[in-house]
Amino acid sequence: MSMPSSTKPTPPVVTPTLRSYVAGFVLSILLTLEAYVLVVRHAVASPILVAAVAGLALVQFIVQLLFFLHLGRETKPRWKFYVFLYTVLLVAVLVIGSIWIMSNLGYHTPSPSEVDHYLKIQSGL
Amino acid sequence: MISSILGKLTPDAFIHDPITMGGALSMVVIGLGLVAFITYLKRWGWLWREWLTSLDPKKIGVMYVVVAVVMLLRGIADTMLLRAQQASSVGASHGIISADSFQQIFSAHGTIMIFFVAMGLMFGLINLVVPLQIGARDVAFPFLNSVSFWLYIAGFLLINVSLVIGEFSAAGWLAYPPLSELQFSPGVGADYWLWSLQIAGVGSLLSGINFFTTILKMRAPGMTLMKMPMFVWSVLCSMTLVIFAFPILTVTLALLYLDRSMGMHFFTAGGGGNAMMYVNLIWAWGHPEVYILILPAFGVFSEIVATFSRKRLFGYTSMVVALIAITFLSFIVWLHHFFTMGAGADVNAFFGIMTMVISIPTGVKVFNWLFTMYGGRIHFTTPMYWFFGFIATFTLGGVAGVLMGVPAIDFQVHNTLFLVAHFHTMIIGGVVFGFFAGITYWFPKIFGYTLNERLGRYAFWCWLVGFLLAFVPLYILGLMGAVRRLDHYDASMGWQGLFIVAAIGVATIGLGIAFQVLQFVVSFFQRRHHRDLTGDPWNGRTLEWATSSPAPVYNFAIIPQVSTRDAFWEAKQQAKSSEPPSYEDIIMPKDSPLGIFIAGFAFVFGFAAVWHIGWLAVLGLVGLMVSIVFRMSQDNTDTVIPAAEVRRIEAESRARRLAA
Amino acid sequence: MSAPVVSTNAQQERTDKTVFGFWVYLMTDLVLFASLFATYAVLHHNTFGGPTGAELFSLPYVLTETLILLTSSFTAGLAILAMHRADKRQVIIWLLVTFGLGLAFLGMELSEFSRLVADGNSWQRSGFLSAFFTLVATHGLHITVGLTWMGVMIYRVMTGGLVPTTMRRLTLLSLFWHFLDLIWIFIFTIVYLFGALQL
Repeated sequence: MSMPSSTKPTPPVVTPTLRSYVAGFVLSILLTLEAYVLVVRHAVASPILVAAVAGLALVQFIVQLLFFLHLGRETKPRWKFYVFLYTVLLVAVLVIGSIWIMSNLGYHTPSPSEVDHYLKIQSGL
Repeated sequence: MISSILGKLTPDAFIHDPITMGGALSMVVIGLGLVAFITYLKRWGWLWREWLTSLDPKKIGVMYVVVAVVMLLRGIADTMLLRAQQASSVGASHGIISADSFQQIFSAHGTIMIFFVAMGLMFGLINLVVPLQIGARDVAFPFLNSVSFWLYIAGFLLINVSLVIGEFSAAGWLAYPPLSELQFSPGVGADYWLWSLQIAGVGSLLSGINFFTTILKMRAPGMTLMKMPMFVWSVLCSMTLVIFAFPILTVTLALLYLDRSMGMHFFTAGGGGNAMMYVNLIWAWGHPEVYILILPAFGVFSEIVATFSRKRLFGYTSMVVALIAITFLSFIVWLHHFFTMGAGADVNAFFGIMTMVISIPTGVKVFNWLFTMYGGRIHFTTPMYWFFGFIATFTLGGVAGVLMGVPAIDFQVHNTLFLVAHFHTMIIGGVVFGFFAGITYWFPKIFGYTLNERLGRYAFWCWLVGFLLAFVPLYILGLMGAVRRLDHYDASMGWQGLFIVAAIGVATIGLGIAFQVLQFVVSFFQRRHHRDLTGDPWNGRTLEWATSSPAPVYNFAIIPQVSTRDAFWEAKQQAKSSEPPSYEDIIMPKDSPLGIFIAGFAFVFGFAAVWHIGWLAVLGLVGLMVSIVFRMSQDNTDTVIPAAEVRRIEAESRARRLAA
Repeated sequence: MSAPVVSTNAQQERTDKTVFGFWVYLMTDLVLFASLFATYAVLHHNTFGGPTGAELFSLPYVLTETLILLTSSFTAGLAILAMHRADKRQVIIWLLVTFGLGLAFLGMELSEFSRLVADGNSWQRSGFLSAFFTLVATHGLHITVGLTWMGVMIYRVMTGGLVPTTMRRLTLLSLFWHFLDLIWIFIFTIVYLFGALQL
């Protein structure tokens, strides 16, 4: 809409650079391969290994956010960034909360296999 | 052969029991009557050009409210059947409807009232008011706004089609599995429920994105966040909840449909499914949904109390902090809807405590409203009546809610009518009263005349008294052990008297609705006497009252400059010279019928998915994609209102104002 | 009537608004995927006597898919760089490369699916496989939408050139495509790598 141009400064266009894409691409490949090699070399899950693989994923997540999606290159106010932070917070609440609740239920209610067993007995199988 | 072409759709789908048949017939008759009436008036072209294809948020808002009111009539008719059944189905008598109809009706009642009445009224008000209050000419994405509205209509059509073709879900308004799984609900009812909510839900999600962007990016120059009207703040928070909660609903519904149609095992009883995951997911959406509805109502009351007390809103900053706190906290209380599901003491205790915590910001707001009135000059208009009714009932319901936030007590009253009474107190006393107050308050801004006050007061008293008669007995019945969704009970329970009182209460509410309809009709015919010529009938405080009533299509000829809260009130205090300013061309979006086509194809797809009609589903999807691509390839989507035209409209409204 | 002239300033404001709105949409999509991940996390042990992830997945195959998608994300970026240089030819070339890579990814995913189904391990086999198919196929569905959109955009650039509307939509498309790569990091890690570790 035609706002009076004098009162609302328009944000300058932030153009991405080749350097950022190349850096993001190379880093992502390295991180992917690193995680892959870690898992293939060690077939058994130790807590450290799991933490390392998860950590690599998180680092790659941040790398791609910065270099591909150009998060943080906004001019103020940084709404994109705040919305993103809030999303991450709520995603954590949803995923961790669900896992917590559902695993907690597991102690008090029959597992699916127990339910199946029960259903089979009930239907006379 | 026919079965492969029409999927599960057979002639049996049109055969119903007498009560449903009556409902279906009246639906068809009303629909055909409406079509005939419009044809008789030769108003189709006008309707299409001026309303259906309009991208003006004010018109879209009016259409939302009209549809929501129509659905309110259907929802209340359902309620009357339910309560009549419960008042009469005792001992040897089995009442007026079958158990299966009863189940379908209570499922439809909940679904309609939340998704099509409360949500419709909410998005209606937001469309009407938010652009005006932030001093903008439009929303961020006008076309998307139209798509959202028509998706809502597609959902509305689907749920009403279920009355005529096939059946509706009998699994409750949230359709818990395994009951809603194919094994136990083999009919198409659950699929109707799924697709009607899925389509309307996507519309809500798009609206959420739209208004979130509108508020953050399109405020008038100078209107910083802390200078926004409280209604805008409440909508911003509510839309934040929409954005983060509705995708969860989309997933939950999709997974249940995959279970039902593709033989998957997400929530099935066997096969490695886990029905409790559904309950977990649906409430991760469902709890925020409660606040999605109530926050804008809080916003409405904040505006009304300040205006009619002739005072600044007390504790603006604490109101904002409370809203933001609720926006986060409402995402970490969802388990209190299923304390009894079997989680351990640690989980229940955490969510119990969080439930206590979230009541604090709400309490803060109640005190702020009371302090706003303190020392003010209170004008007892209809919106203020709704406000007083709200304070009394909402506090009552809130206390009942905190009570149930204690897991030990919840185990006692879970699934009883006590719970039903609680959430109706919140939704009627809070949401519905709030939106009625808002409609009365902003009506003159949209139509240019105020509503009849006397009939408004009659409606209010019927609603308040009817509400108390209908729900106080339910609290008592719940404590006596009456479970919800009960279609028959033994005479020895001693419940019948209270159920009869509840039924009388519902009838009283029905009378209130009749008064409201009458209020619209009478006000329309008296419009010459109630005309609002000043654009500011209530001596308002915020920007929407700065423009003329009814607001012109471009809202503001000159985008206002804001320097304080209550910007219009401040402007009125320092009366400026009325020198006619110089106007510029205004660019507005061109109206488009494509929203109707997009939603129409979504409806076709939904209908095909319900009945498993393959070719029709493909047709719907392809149509959907073609419409979207077609819209994307339109370059010329703007239209210009020339400066001369703006000058003419503004001069007219100034002349009217001076004549007043 | 000719198209109203929208000033450069207003154009830029529009772009700013649209990019922000699209970003918010991407966030809602993130929540959508989070719900699917949560469901997968809860159900992934419910194999109902059927095979586990470790028995089903071929890691080298998935690594290839991952690298293809990653490369396509990079080439999408190159298309955007060309767009800022107003180099129409390069935009088309890089979009076509991205399209090809995306198609290859989708083909590999579909062939993995058909292999699983042919072995009797379809989505109907267990809660775990329902969650797996739905999560991965939702990503695949997004890729399909992205490819369709890309096809339309290639056509638009070819016929209409780099006009403001087209440039705005190309920016959105590139965001969408990078976002899908972002989601894939977690599918790769949580579904495949953790699956191989029998977590």
